[in-house]
Amino acid sequence: MKSVAQLALDAAFRRGVTYADARLVAIRNRSLSTKSGRVGHTSESESLGIGVRVIADGAWGFAASADLSRASVEAASARAVEVAKASARVKREEVRLAPEPVAVAEWTTPYEIDPFTRSAQQNLDLLLKIDAELRAVAGVTLAETGMNFQREESWFLSSEGSDIHQTKYSTGAGYTAYAFAGSEIQKRSYPNSFGGQWQNRGYELIEEMKLVESARRVAEEAVALHHAEQCPEGTATIILDGSQLGLQIHESVGHPIELDRVLGMEANFAGTSFLTLDKLRNLRYGSELVNVVADARQEHGPGLGTFAYDDEGVAAQSTPIITRGLFTGYLSSRETAHTIGAARSGGTLRAECWNRLPMIRMTNVSILPGETPLSLEQLIASTDDGIYMETNKSWSIDDKRYNFQFGCEIAWEIKNGKRVRMLKNPSYSGITTEFWNSMDAICSREEWTLWGTPNCGKGQPQQVVGTGHGASPARFRNIRVGSAYKGS
Amino acid sequence: MLTREQAAGIFDRIRRFSSADEVEAIFTSSRFALTRFANNTIHQNVEEENSVVSIRTNFAGQTARANANQFDDESLRRAVAASENLARVQAPDPDLLPMPTTEEENSGEASACEGARAIRFFEHTAGITPVDRAEVVKRIVSVADKHQLTTAGIYSTSESREGIFNSRGLADWHHQTLAEVSVTMLAPDSSGWQKSNSPDVRNLDPERLAETAAQKAVESAHPREIAPGKYTVILEPAAVLDIVGFMFWDFSGVAILDLRSFLNDRIGTQLFGRNINIGDDYAHPLQAGSPFDGEGVRRRRVQLVENGVVKRVVYARSTAQKMRKSKYAATVGPIEATGHGFPLPNEVGEMPMNIVFGAPERAQDVTEMIASTERGVLVTRLWYIREVDPYEKIVTGMTRDGTFLVENGKVKSGLRNFRFNQSLVSMLSNVEAMSIPVRASGEESFDMVVPAMKVREFNFTEATKF
Repeated sequence: MKSVAQLALDAAFRRGVTYADARLVAIRNRSLSTKSGRVGHTSESESLGIGVRVIADGAWGFAASADLSRASVEAASARAVEVAKASARVKREEVRLAPEPVAVAEWTTPYEIDPFTRSAQQNLDLLLKIDAELRAVAGVTLAETGMNFQREESWFLSSEGSDIHQTKYSTGAGYTAYAFAGSEIQKRSYPNSFGGQWQNRGYELIEEMKLVESARRVAEEAVALHHAEQCPEGTATIILDGSQLGLQIHESVGHPIELDRVLGMEANFAGTSFLTLDKLRNLRYGSELVNVVADARQEHGPGLGTFAYDDEGVAAQSTPIITRGLFTGYLSSRETAHTIGAARSGGTLRAECWNRLPMIRMTNVSILPGETPLSLEQLIASTDDGIYMETNKSWSIDDKRYNFQFGCEIAWEIKNGKRVRMLKNPSYSGITTEFWNSMDAICSREEWTLWGTPNCGKGQPQQVVGTGHGASPARFRNIRVGSAYKGS
Repeated sequence: MLTREQAAGIFDRIRRFSSADEVEAIFTSSRFALTRFANNTIHQNVEEENSVVSIRTNFAGQTARANANQFDDESLRRAVAASENLARVQAPDPDLLPMPTTEEENSGEASACEGARAIRFFEHTAGITPVDRAEVVKRIVSVADKHQLTTAGIYSTSESREGIFNSRGLADWHHQTLAEVSVTMLAPDSSGWQKSNSPDVRNLDPERLAETAAQKAVESAHPREIAPGKYTVILEPAAVLDIVGFMFWDFSGVAILDLRSFLNDRIGTQLFGRNINIGDDYAHPLQAGSPFDGEGVRRRRVQLVENGVVKRVVYARSTAQKMRKSKYAATVGPIEATGHGFPLPNEVGEMPMNIVFGAPERAQDVTEMIASTERGVLVTRLWYIREVDPYEKIVTGMTRDGTFLVENGKVKSGLRNFRFNQSLVSMLSNVEAMSIPVRASGEESFDMVVPAMKVREFNFTEATKF
C-alpha cells in the first residue's frame, strides 16, 4: 500500500507541486440492529481508496480515487494538481503550513477483543436478548437495538518524508424503548441516545456496558414517563448527567473552538463562531470549576477522537481549551496555526474516509472532573431545589454557537436533596458563556465517562466523524427550563 | 465510472459466486467535484470518483447486505460471503418477500409522465471543469467586492449512475447530473444567503444568487432585537422546506405500524388547513433522483395530503403486505407498494422524498406577502432544526442569514435571530398565503418543490446575540 501512496506523491511532484500528501485508507464496518423481536438491518462494508492533497501555485487541490491501479492513481494526482491550479485563480494569500517534524510510525488502537472475531450470531443473540427484556415491560410499543464495529487502516505519506501506518478500531452499541399512548410518544435509551455508547475499543466495551441488565429499568422508565408531570417552565437549578453534558460540550465548546469556523472558512454551512481571535486568553468562558481540554492522546482514554497522528501527520496532543474558566485554546491545523501565533498545529485535522479532504475536527473535547470527591448522589443531596436531567432527546444551537436548547428524555424534580418525582419532556436553554459561568459543582473522577458522539457532521461535502467527550454530572444555577413546549 | 454493461457483468460474477436463493446488487457510481470558497478566496477544492456495489442475498426468509468498492473476484467473493454469512445466522422472517420481478416493478398506476423517464443527465453539467468552477467563484467574489462584503460558499457538479439488478431478472439504471451553488455574504453584523441546484447547470444563475445574498446582508445590517413571541412570518421556500422536511419520515407505513408516526390515529382527519395539498412525484419536472426504489420498484405519484386531510402514506412492498394484515388497515387509506422503499434490510421501511406542494388557488409572491403584512418577520433560512415532540411534531431551530422586521407592508430593518419552537401541525393550519411552488434547497432536509408561506402565530421563544 505504501508503494501506491508513493506513486501518488511522485506523480504530483512531476507536475510541479510544492507539497503533497497521500492517504490510502481501508475501512471495514459491521452494522447490526433489531426491532421489536426481529433483525432490523445487517450489513458488512468494505471501502478502499486513496486521497491525494497537494499545494500548487500556492493553493490547495484534492482528488480521490477508489481505483488503485498505477494509471488511476497517477490520474488522481494529476487531477489534484489541476484542481489546485484552478484554486489559485481565486486566491488572496499563499497557503502556509506550520512546520512539523517528520514522523515515521506504526500505531494500533489498544484493544482486548477484535470485534470482528465475535460472530454475527453472537452479536444478534445479544441484541435479541436485550430486545426481549425491553418488550417484556407492558406499555413498550417499539424496541430498537443496534451494534456497530469499524476497523480503519490508513497509510499516510507526505512529501516531507512522513510515513505513518495506523489502525483504529471503534465499537458502539445501545438501545431504545418507545411507548406510545394517547397522544404522546415517550422513549428511553441506554447507555445513551442516538446509538448508545461508542469508543475506540474492541468488543470488551460491549461486555462492560451491562446492556441486558439495564434493559428492564430503561423500558419501565419509558412507560412511566406517560404518568409523569410535565417539566415546568421557568428558571431552575439543573443537574445534567454525564452523557448530556458531553453533548453540551460538543455543541457549545467543541464547535466554537474550531479555528476554521472562527476564521470564516465554514460560514456557508456550519457557520462561524462567537470565539473571535481577540477572545483567546481574555474571555471568561465559564466558572472557575470549568476546565476543558482537547486531547487526542491514548492516555486521555479510548475516545472516538483518539489517535497517534492526525490526517496530516501531526502527533496527537492535549490542548487546554478552558483553564479555570478562562478561554485558552483553539482546535488548529498546520494551515491555521499561524493565525493564533502558534508554532505548531494542534493536530486536529481529520477526514471521514479516503475520499474526503481532512479538516479541523474535534478530537476528545472533555471537561475535567472535579478535584473534590463528589458522587452524583452527593450532588443531588446537596441541592435544595432543582431538576436532574438525563439522556439527550433533542439539540439545537445557532450558527455562532451562542443560543442553545437541549431536550432530555427524562428528569426528576429535586427537593431538599432528594428526587421527589419524575418529570417528562424536560428541556433547558441559554447562552453559551452565561451557561458555563453558572456551573457551581461537578462530580469527581468516579463519575467521569468518555462518551462517544459518532455522528458529528461538518464540511462541504459533509463529512461525518466520531468525537469523544469526557464528562461527569454537573450542576448549573438559574437556567431557563421548559421553553421548548412554551406556546408551541 | 461504471457503465450499465459493466455493472451487468459484475452482477453476473456475483451470481456465480453466490449460493443464495436470490441475489440483488445495487450499484452507485459517481464523479463529484466541489469548489469551496470563503473569505473571498477558494480554500478547498476537491474531486472524487468512486463506485460501490451493495449485494443482498436471500435464503428463505433470511436476508443481509454487504458493500464493496473493489470489483476483482476476491473482493466480490468476500462481499458475497459476508452477506450470506450475515443472512444465514438469522431466524427466518415470515414477512420477507421474494425479490421483485420486472413485471412487478412496472405495475401500478403511472407517474405524472405516464411512465416516461425524466431526463436528468445533461452534458453541460457533466463537462464542467475546475477552471469553469473557479471562474464562477471569481464572479461571485466580484459581487462581494462590489458591496464590500465577504463571501463564502460552494459550487459543485456531479455525474452519477445508479443501477439495480436481481436474480429474478429485474434490471434498471439511472444516469443523472447535478449542479449546485450556495452563497453566503457576510457583513460585520449581518449576513445573507441563497442556494440553488438543478440537474442542468444552465438553470443556475450564480451571480443573481450572489446579488440577492448581498442585498440581504446589506439590508439586515445593524439588526434590531425585538421580544420573542408569536409573529406572522413570511418563510421563503428554503425555510419552508427545511422545517416541513421533519414530518415526512412519518408518512411511512412502517412508521404507522411502529406507532412512532404523528399520523397514527390521524389519517383521514382534517390535520392541516384546507389550503394544504402535498404529493410525492418523482417525475415532476422540478424534481431529481432515480425512478426506482431500494428494491427496484418504480416510484409512483402519491397524493399524501388533500385539502389539509392526510389521505395516505407510502409503502415498500413488504410494508404494504404487513399493513393489509394489521388492525390499522381500514384506517390508513389506500395500501399498495408505491416505490418508496429503502434498500433491504432496514428498520425504517420507506419515505416520500420527491415532495411537491400543490399550488394555491391564488398565489402571492413574497413581495405581495410583505405588502399585506402589518407587522411580521421575513425569514430567509432556518437552521439546526431538531424534533422536540414526535406526536405534536414540535420542532426547534434558529433563523439565520437574513431575518427582517416587516411593518406596515414594508421591510423595516434586520432583526437579531430567533429560536423557534413550533408545532408543524399548527403551522400548516395557519398558512395565510403561498407562492407558486419552486424547487428549493436547504441544509436540514432533502430538496423539495415548495412555496414561500405566510404563517400566522409562528412561535419564537428566544432571541440570540446577533
